[in-house]
Amino acid sequence: MTPAATTTADRIEARRAPRNRLAWAAAAVIATAVLAALLAPILPLIDPDAVDTPNRLRPPGAAGHWLGTDEFGRDLLARLVWGARISLLAGVGTATASMVIGVLLGVHAGYWGGRVDMVVMRLTDILMAFPYILLAIAIVAGLGPGLANAMVAIAIVGFPIYTRLARGVVLSLREREFVEAARALGSTDRLILRRHLLPHLLAPVVVAFSLDVGAKILATAGLSFLGLGTQPPTADWGSMLATARTFVILSPHVALLPGLAIFLVVLSLNILGDALQDYLDPRMRHG
Amino acid sequence: MSRYLLRRLLLLAPVLLGVSVVVFLVLHLSPGDPAEIMLGSQASQEDVARLRASLGLDEPLPMQYVRWMGHVLQGDLGRSIRMRQPVLGEVLIRFRATLLLTATALLLSTVGGVTLGVLSASRPNSMVDRLSTVGSIFGASMPSFWLGLVLMVCFSLWLGWLPASGMYSSHGGGGLGDLLAHLTLPAITLAAASMTIIARLTRSTLLDILRQDFVRTARAKGLVERAVVLRHALRNALIPTVTVVGVQAGYLLGGAIFTETVFAWPGVGTLMIQGILARDFPLVQGCVLVIALVFVFFNLAVDLLYAVLDPRIRYE
Repeated sequence: MTPAATTTADRIEARRAPRNRLAWAAAAVIATAVLAALLAPILPLIDPDAVDTPNRLRPPGAAGHWLGTDEFGRDLLARLVWGARISLLAGVGTATASMVIGVLLGVHAGYWGGRVDMVVMRLTDILMAFPYILLAIAIVAGLGPGLANAMVAIAIVGFPIYTRLARGVVLSLREREFVEAARALGSTDRLILRRHLLPHLLAPVVVAFSLDVGAKILATAGLSFLGLGTQPPTADWGSMLATARTFVILSPHVALLPGLAIFLVVLSLNILGDALQDYLDPRMRHG
Repeated sequence: MSRYLLRRLLLLAPVLLGVSVVVFLVLHLSPGDPAEIMLGSQASQEDVARLRASLGLDEPLPMQYVRWMGHVLQGDLGRSIRMRQPVLGEVLIRFRATLLLTATALLLSTVGGVTLGVLSASRPNSMVDRLSTVGSIFGASMPSFWLGLVLMVCFSLWLGWLPASGMYSSHGGGGLGDLLAHLTLPAITLAAASMTIIARLTRSTLLDILRQDFVRTARAKGLVERAVVLRHALRNALIPTVTVVGVQAGYLLGGAIFTETVFAWPGVGTLMIQGILARDFPLVQGCVLVIALVFVFFNLAVDLLYAVLDPRIRYE
């Protein structure tokens, strides 16, 4: 390697180093949250639904309650850990559902074109004609409040982004030589879609998904905050914030802690998503 | 321009039709009889039958839609079951408060975002630029409803500078100063995320433009840097910013629901949530329809403004 190349490579590496450290820190936060959520049943935690009214609204550091207690005297640490199970599952679940529906529709719209494309694109136009959260709220209004219904609503309003992304990629590839060659060799449409087009979608969809999980956690927490998602006494970060709102003047920590949990996890997911984008996009890597 | 306007209006028709169908179907998503759900399990069969008849639920679905649409076109969004008032009047009264909150937040986020973007692009890697970068990552990750609570705790509870909730004070309120004091925290909460997005976009666009030949020419002519940035580069950088501001306006209109809930702001968002929890479907339909229509027409206005600013759009 020439000295000049080494210098340039060193410079790029030096510029990337703080970002890499940030990405590792973000990965550590997410790993901690996921581990806590998975291990919640075996961790030495107090029952998250155990009411202890004499000990209500205890501040962080109180005896037996590291993070204090809520308005019913329930242990906040236990509720945060158990709440992580629901909040993370809701984020990953809704983002996965949106991705599967969106990519399937987008790939077919882009590949077949014509009427299929027109119907799919008009559907996405209509869904995107609403403010994102408003449509989710409208769907929950019809289905009725509850976590499952909130997840269905968020998955529905979230799929058009993936549809547009997948359609765009397939449209740009379907007339390319390698697709023509596969067709000339007698490949069926299904085989072309599966073996030649879907692999090209992997990188952009993975990046979109990694950034979307955070947005979906925010959206489900938002619906729970409005009283339309998880219902009491089940703990999830959004519903914990909603009930704590009434006591924010008496005990701010009851509202601040679940919000901080949402913020840290979503922030880490966004940082990790950006890092993944840099890693998967060679132009960003060397730029 | 008139041909472009006509084309955009024609494209609007199917979207409006689709929006109306989606809003109409909200009532029919619920498993079971909507009339029974709305009135609750304690309601008598006569009351349920009366409500079914008044909502036209006995008719086939397409007929119900046509009837509902006919009423909507005449400005009749039905009657609220909970408040026993015409929905349109209630929604419009509350919409003024939402519009005030959204417009103030949009103004804050645009002025703040463009200023931050210009400062960041003028001095890349400076302290302002780094703070703006951190702010943009934080803005995208912070739940607005939590930010609202944090601001409320800091500025209302601890410092006691601003009121924590409502639109006017219950005792001796009602003036412009009182309104502005109540508006400050909700508007900042709502504007925060959008401001960071607008700042990042203005920064990146301005940095691209500052590298272009016409900027070098302006500098070579001896113009001071301030004039180069503000008079030559910023004007070009604002074109994509207008689009993002338009998108953010829609986002703010939807996001206002959370801010209104945190600060008990008497807007259409809180009205809608009350409607959902009370299973007052006509009220919910009315709220969703009004917000969606405003959103659609606002997007149209932004598209048209974009075409005015950049004539190439009209000829695509």
